This record gives sequence, structure tokens and C-alpha cells, in this order.
Amino acid sequence: MSTQQESVESEPEEPESQEVPEDQEMSGLASPQQERLQRKQAALEERERAESDHDMDDDRVHLKVFRYDPEVEGKQEPRFDDFHVPFERGMTVLDALIYARDEFDSSLTFRHSCRQAICGSDAFFINGRQRLGCKTQIADLDQPVRVEPLPHQEAVKDLVVEMEHFYDQMHAVEPYFQDEETPDASELDEQRQSRENREKVKMSTRCIWCGACMSSCNIAAGDNEYLGPAAINKAYRFAMDDREDEEIKEHRLRILEQEHGVWRCQTQFSCTEVCPKDIPLTEHIQELKREAVKKNLKFW
Amino acid sequence: MYEHDVIVVGAGGAGLRAAIGAHEAGADVAMVSKLHPVRSHTGAAEGGINAALREGDDWELHAYDTMKGSDYLGDAPAIETLAQDAPEDTIRLEHWGMPFSREDDGRVSQRPFGGLSFPRTTYAGAETGHHLLHTLYEQVVKRGIQVYDEWYVMNLAVSGEADPNDRSCHGVVAYDVQSGGVEGFRARDGVILATGGPGQAFDHTTNAVSCTGDGNAMAYRAGVPMEDMEFVQFHPTTLPSTGVLISEGVRGEGGILYNEGGERFMFERGYANNDGELASRDVVSRAELTEVNEGRGIEDEYVHLDMRHLGSERILDRLENILHLAEDFEGVDGLVEPMPVKPGQHYEMGGIETDENGQTCIDGLYAAGECACVSVHGANRLGGNALPELVVFGKRAGRHAAGEDLGAPEIETGYGDDVEDEGMELPVTPGEAGLPERGSGEAVADGAGAVADAEGLVERAVDRERERVERLMGRDDGVQHAEIRAKLQQAMTADVNVFRNREGVERALETIRECREEYRDVYVDDPSRTFNTDLQQTIETRNLIDVAETIALGALVRNEFRGAHWRQENQERDDDEWLKHTLISWNGGKPSIWYRPVILEGQDKTYEPKTRSY
Ligand SMILES: Cc1cc2nc3c(=O)[nH]c(=O)nc-3n(C[C@H](O)[C@H](O)[C@H](O)COP(=O)(O)OP(=O)(O)OC[C@H]3O[C@@H](n4cnc5c(N)ncnc54)[C@H](O)[C@@H]3O)c2cc1C
Ligand code: SF4
Ligand code: FES
Repeated sequence: MSTQQESVESEPEEPESQEVPEDQEMSGLASPQQERLQRKQAALEERERAESDHDMDDDRVHLKVFRYDPEVEGKQEPRFDDFHVPFERGMTVLDALIYARDEFDSSLTFRHSCRQAICGSDAFFINGRQRLGCKTQIADLDQPVRVEPLPHQEAVKDLVVEMEHFYDQMHAVEPYFQDEETPDASELDEQRQSRENREKVKMSTRCIWCGACMSSCNIAAGDNEYLGPAAINKAYRFAMDDREDEEIKEHRLRILEQEHGVWRCQTQFSCTEVCPKDIPLTEHIQELKREAVKKNLKFW
Repeated sequence: MYEHDVIVVGAGGAGLRAAIGAHEAGADVAMVSKLHPVRSHTGAAEGGINAALREGDDWELHAYDTMKGSDYLGDAPAIETLAQDAPEDTIRLEHWGMPFSREDDGRVSQRPFGGLSFPRTTYAGAETGHHLLHTLYEQVVKRGIQVYDEWYVMNLAVSGEADPNDRSCHGVVAYDVQSGGVEGFRARDGVILATGGPGQAFDHTTNAVSCTGDGNAMAYRAGVPMEDMEFVQFHPTTLPSTGVLISEGVRGEGGILYNEGGERFMFERGYANNDGELASRDVVSRAELTEVNEGRGIEDEYVHLDMRHLGSERILDRLENILHLAEDFEGVDGLVEPMPVKPGQHYEMGGIETDENGQTCIDGLYAAGECACVSVHGANRLGGNALPELVVFGKRAGRHAAGEDLGAPEIETGYGDDVEDEGMELPVTPGEAGLPERGSGEAVADGAGAVADAEGLVERAVDRERERVERLMGRDDGVQHAEIRAKLQQAMTADVNVFRNREGVERALETIRECREEYRDVYVDDPSRTFNTDLQQTIETRNLIDVAETIALGALVRNEFRGAHWRQENQERDDDEWLKHTLISWNGGKPSIWYRPVILEGQDKTYEPKTRSY
């Protein structure tokens, strides 16, 4: 290599995803992340064991994928197709699906985009549980790997489900800052918010609208009008944010208190278990119930 | 046919802000997006958004840093607009509820970033883009702006005058992914392209699968020049199997890069004797690739980034999210083993040529966000400067399209008197392959003849796209797009990446031409009209071919080393010859190349090119 490169500037402090250490955001002190890490550690050990003694079928992954297409003969009756995909270290379920589609069957259909657990497109029912395809390591799973569309949602084609109902519920909680007085251009001052309050809403703001929680919820399956964990969490995100005033908070609680709102939740924790963003959904719902009670006490 | 005043194509940060801008200016605006808005790749941005908010900082410093970072290839009026508007537009996000991280006094937090003279990168945890995207979408919901999501825009309805500067845009043609129906969207006042980056032109990228440069390709074919496409930013530490980005924070904390033989090559092989792992992105990327090319890579593919020596306590405290990334996406435990990393495509500095109001040379056609080139980033984007670009220029494009007067722009667009055109003969014959798909009549730029009535124009465009779908679906054999796409991506990564020389880029151009030839026989195997992603990806692949060609052509003609663009034959910045933008336009189905001088004259001062050293 030529040494001319040394003359190039150096930018020791680097852009993008740099985390500033003192940001409490990133310090995982006894946080849910910490717990998650421990869980992961266990999973990792398990995986290492699996990798060493698992017969990966000649280093091929056996996928069993749900297929359905309302207008193609032979696919109108739902069925499972088998794909044998060469295994590579680090391979996720999404990688395996992409391989199967690009190499074997271009009609294999599933939503996906970011490949990094942020767009929320690829929640599937994998080996009997709601997970993001891109965030699930093949090596962590028993074979064959069964991939199905999210249960309790209308199937559109293969792994694609109808999301409209989910979006409708999200929109039903008025998911936006209410303050009508949008400051005019000259105003350069931000609203103040305490670190504690920001911390309070932090986990709730991480939702990526994947729909896993809704799909795992028995109540939502039985009551189509139930707002569901994601929408209630969205409402929590605003109701708990001090930047909105009390009146609006009460308005929000009233939306949540209705027949198909928070009181439907029977604290089964299924949503919390499947949420790929580790949002304590059930806790948030419980907290809103308590808030609602407090509010009622005030009036009665 | 659907009809609105303003149609925004794409619903990432730029598109959402454009729609809100148009709505603020009183327009009936609608968004058409192939993904639901919250799925857009803006959500992946982590680091932050640059804005001069605090005492001791001001927009002029931000502008100065940006100009210097751009290696003097950004246009001063664009850069100054960005720096001036960013504070107000960032604070507005806060007023809309964006959950920024906070200081003890309750104000929004800012952090230092590479190339910035003041810590002005405003952030929301390690997920700034996610919060920006969701906050903007919330405001779109609040305003009741119509969103046609999972509608794929296939083409623009642009009139066909001989000179692109005389053309006008009247709408788009889109197909409903769920039902397969092809429909027209007439825009009474303007179409805004906000389709994001073209990272999928490379086989290894931090960009999403949806980043296929559709807007670039559509504008290009309609006659809008592509500007500075050769400037592609590569990130040195991405995970090999997915392209997921491992932040510089790891190296900042003391992480070390090793080759297969366990050498700390940044020092031991003399790539950066002073800064080692902390040298700039392009230096580290080239060093890693040299190691691999010379046989010292691991599995001939990557190098190791090791942080184990930092100790688990420090890692858990400061780099915990890196552990999760390595584990979730690569299956590697960073506490017990080094993480595999390699360079990956990250950001496209170039794009659709626009002025400060987002307008292109075609009347009624706008662009904003990563697909556009105003140009703010010039030869190199500073971290944290893309997000403010989305909100500042998204807003401006929306308002201008809705008819608001934003003053006359200083930046010129389109081929005109101020350009430099050497009538350059290219050593290869690239776009000779304006080759139509077999069986279609179209050979040249997509525009139809000039028509008086806009509705008729949109209808004709719809007919053409319906025919295209039938043609692609009707064929029973041929080549599948995935094969062509893979070949294209590999050629770009092999020869148009961080190392570039004439021979290699020419080789890539040959392959691109082959891809075009093969694409004439492309077919869609999935016979279904329901959610046919095979069809969508086949169309995207065509766009990638067009965009890849502009990147390679720019890389071929620019024989200097500036910003992210490195040429083996001339490893110096050449200000005498190259203080100018590369523009590629599609004339009669064949690209032509010309240049426009950079504008270094700002509002109050002229920026003097200096060596980019920090
Ligand atoms: C991993 C990563 C980290 C980053 N971190 C930072 C950072 O910290 N700070 C910073 O400033 N920048 C950062 N960037 C850069 C920045 O995030 C992007 O440049 C920016 O988000 C692009 O936004 P956009 O609105 O232009 O495009 P996108 O968000 O990609 O949106 C594109 C939209 O267009 C739609 N679309 C595309 N084609 C079509 C079509 N044919 N029809 C209909 N719709 C279509 C898509 O559905 C989507 O809605 C980062 C980038 C990456 C990849
Ligand atoms: S709460 Fe969790 S599981 Fe539910 S939609 Fe959001 S991210 Fe997905
Ligand atoms: S692909 Fe985006 S969340 Fe999995």
C-alpha cells in the first residue's frame, strides 16, 4: 500500500452510530437489556452446543415454509414447501428465506427491508413463536425450521399478512402530539423535559410496529376491536410524556378506558415475551389501568 | 386515475417532511410509497442530526465544517441553507414530540461527531433515525394526509420536448402491490421524489433491500442529470453476512483491527502510523481491503475487530448494543471472540440534480433526501448531516411544490450556458444499451411526445407501464432478475468500491452492459397478481442497472482523489481541473457527460479550498 494515505485527515471522533458513553441510554446498568444479555448468553452457549453436535443435514438448513396464494392454482389450498438451504455461520431465518427465493422459487413472498430489526416488516411465526426473521439465528432453532405467517391476521399470500387492522388500531389512539400551537418559525427554543421523564417513555418509543405482540395476544384474537398491546403502548408513550399537559392526558386515558381498551388485558404476558424490542408491554398496560383508576377516583 | 395537487414518492424522512411542508402551504398532498412509511430506511440512522443550537456554535461554523468535509465539492448556497435552516427544523421535531435525549437542565442533548468543530449532533439515544421517522409519520397521521402505501411507483409522466429543460412532469404511474393494478396519479402542482439511496447497487451495504435507486433511475430516464454519482461513502466496519453497521464507537473505545496472522495491520503495515484504527473511514476501508486482497484476510473476506481486551465491564457499560448487534446478526459473542468486519457501501453523496428549492430542470419535478443532490455533501458526507438534509430540503421542496415563494434559487439546474462540455468520447460504449426490453417499442428517454393535456399524458404513461407489466409477466422463460442483480452487484463491489482504477471501472462498465443485454430477456416467474414481489424486484433491478452505470461512469471520468473517490492513477486532489460537478444525462438512450463549476461563493464569504486535515 502506498503511504500517501497517511496524509489523509483523520477523524478520530466518528459519525453515525457512535454512542456517547455517559448517555444513560447506553449504559446498561441493571436494565432490561442487562437481563436480555444474560438470556442471550445462555442462548449462545446453547447454540455452540447445537453447532457442534447438530446434524445440519449436510450443512443444509431444512425450511418448511407456509405457502398460499388466493389466485394461483395449487396454492389456493395452503400447504408447506420444503427448502434445503446451505447453512452459513451467522445465517438468520430471513437470510435463509432470501436464499430460497432467489435460488429456488422466485414466487416465495414475504415482507422485509432493513435486515436489522428496525423496519418491523418481517415478523413471522417461526417454530411456533412470533419472531423477526432477520433477528433470529438459524443455529438457535430446531430443524426443520417452520415458518408461517403471523397467526390471527388475515393471510394475503405466503408469509404476507394483512396489516390494515393493526394500523387502524395504532391510529385509533391518536398517536401524535396534540399540542395545536405548533410554534412559529422564529421560535428556536425546545420544550424542557427531565431526563427521568425521557427515561420513563424511552422503552415505549422503541416500537417498530411489527405486529408480533398483537398476533400473540389471545384477547386480541377473540375481540377484534381490542386496541391491542402495541396501540396501548403507543398511547402510553404520549400519556406519560410530560410535555403534553394534564388535560390531554385525561383525554388519552378516556380513549384507553373504553370497552375495548386497557381493561381487556388479562396480563398473560404473551406480548411482552415476543416483543423483539423488549418493551415491557404488560407493565405499561397495568400502569395505565392504575392511572385510569386514579383519574376516576378524582371524579367520583 | 387519482388526482392531487402534490404527489410525494417515498415516505422516509425526506418524503414525510415534504408532505407536511406541502400541507402547511395549503396543498392537497398525497404520498405514494412502496413501503409503509414506518418501514423506511431512515429508521436505521442511529447517530444524530446536526444543528447549531447552542451558544458558542452558529450556522456559519456548521457551514464551514460541511464545506471542508465535502472536500470543496459542495455548493455554498446549498450548504448555507442547510446550516441556517437546521436549527429551526430540528427544534420543530422536538415540538412535534420527538424523544431526544436530554441534559440535566432538560434541554436536548448534543454530542461531538467526526469533522465537526462543535458538538452539534443532536441525538435520541442510539436510534435517532427511528424516532425522527416515527415522529414525522405521526404528524402526517395527525394532518390526515393521504398515504398510498405498498404502491410501487414505476415511472413518471413527463412531457417529451426535445430539450429536458422544456419538459414538465404531471404525475406518476404506480402499481398496487397487493392487487397488481396499475394506476395513474396526476399531480396538479408537482411530484416530489424522495426514494432514498441506491445502496443495493452493491452486494454489501448498510442500506435496506428497498434502497434500489428507483427515483434516481426514473428521473434520469426522464432527462434529469445525475450529479456526482461517483461519490459513494463506504463504512469500514460492517458485519459480513448482513451489512449491519458496527459503530466507530468500538474503535473509539480502543477496539483493534487484526488480519488473519494476528497483525495489527493499521500500524504494522503502515496504513496510518499515527491514527491507526482511528484514521478516517476511507483510509480504514482501503486498508482492510488491501489485507484481504493480499491474502491476509480471514476466509478471504474480512478482518477482525477485537474489543475483548477492553474487559467485559467496560464493554457492557459502553458498547452493549454492539454486543447485541454482533450476536443477533452475526451469531458472534463480542465478549469471547473478535467480531468479523468488512467495508460496506453506506451512503450515496450524488443524486438527482436539484436547486435549493428541491426543483429539477424539469418543471414540476422535485427531489429531496438521499436520492437528491443539492449539493450539500459534495465528495464526502459528514456524519449527522443526512438527517438535517431530509427535513430542511424535504420541507422546502414540499412548500415550493405547493406554490410557496422561497425566492429565486442560486443553483442552476439542467444543461445550460454555464456548463463545461468537452463532448467527451467515452472509451467504452455504456448506455448504447438504452436497449429496450425485447418486444417493447421504446428505445430512448421515457418521455412521450409533447402533449397539451396533462391527463392524457398520464394516461399514456399508464398504458405504457401496463404493457410493460404484461410483457414481463407474459414471458415464460429467459433470465430471472436475481441472477442479473447479483452479477451487477458483484461487479460494482469488485471494481467500483473504495479502490478504483481505469481498468477496473471499465471492466465494471462492460459487465453493466452485459446486464443490460441480459435484462432484455428478463421474465417474471410468479404468475400471481397478488403481492408479486418478483415483478417489483424485476423492475427495481432495471433501475439499479441505470444507477450503477452512472456511478461507474462518474468514477471513470474523475481522475483524481477527492473525498470518498480514490483513483489509483492520480492519488491527489486536483483543484485546477476538478473543482466541478460531474453531470450525466441520458440523451437519446445514451449517457452524455458534462460538468458544472462548484459554487464556493457564500452569502458573505468565499470558501477557499484547504487541505482536508483535522
Ligand atoms: C445504518 C445507517 C445509519 C445512518 N446513520 C445516520 C446518522 O446517524 N445521521 C445522519 O444524518 N444520517 C445517517 N444515515 C443516512 C440517512 O439515514 C439516510 O441518508 C436517510 O435516512 C435517507 O432518507 P430518505 O428519506 O432520503 O430515504 P428513505 O428513508 O430510504 O426512504 C425512501 C422511501 O422511498 C420509498 N420508495 C423508494 N422507491 C420507491 C418507489 N419506486 N415507489 C414508491 N416508493 C418508493 C420507500 O418506500 C421509502 O419510504 C445512516 C444511514 C444508514 C444506512
Ligand atoms: S410493541 Fe413490540 S411486538 Fe408489538 S408492534 Fe411494537 S415492537 Fe412489535
Ligand atoms: S427486515 Fe426489517 S425488521 Fe426484519
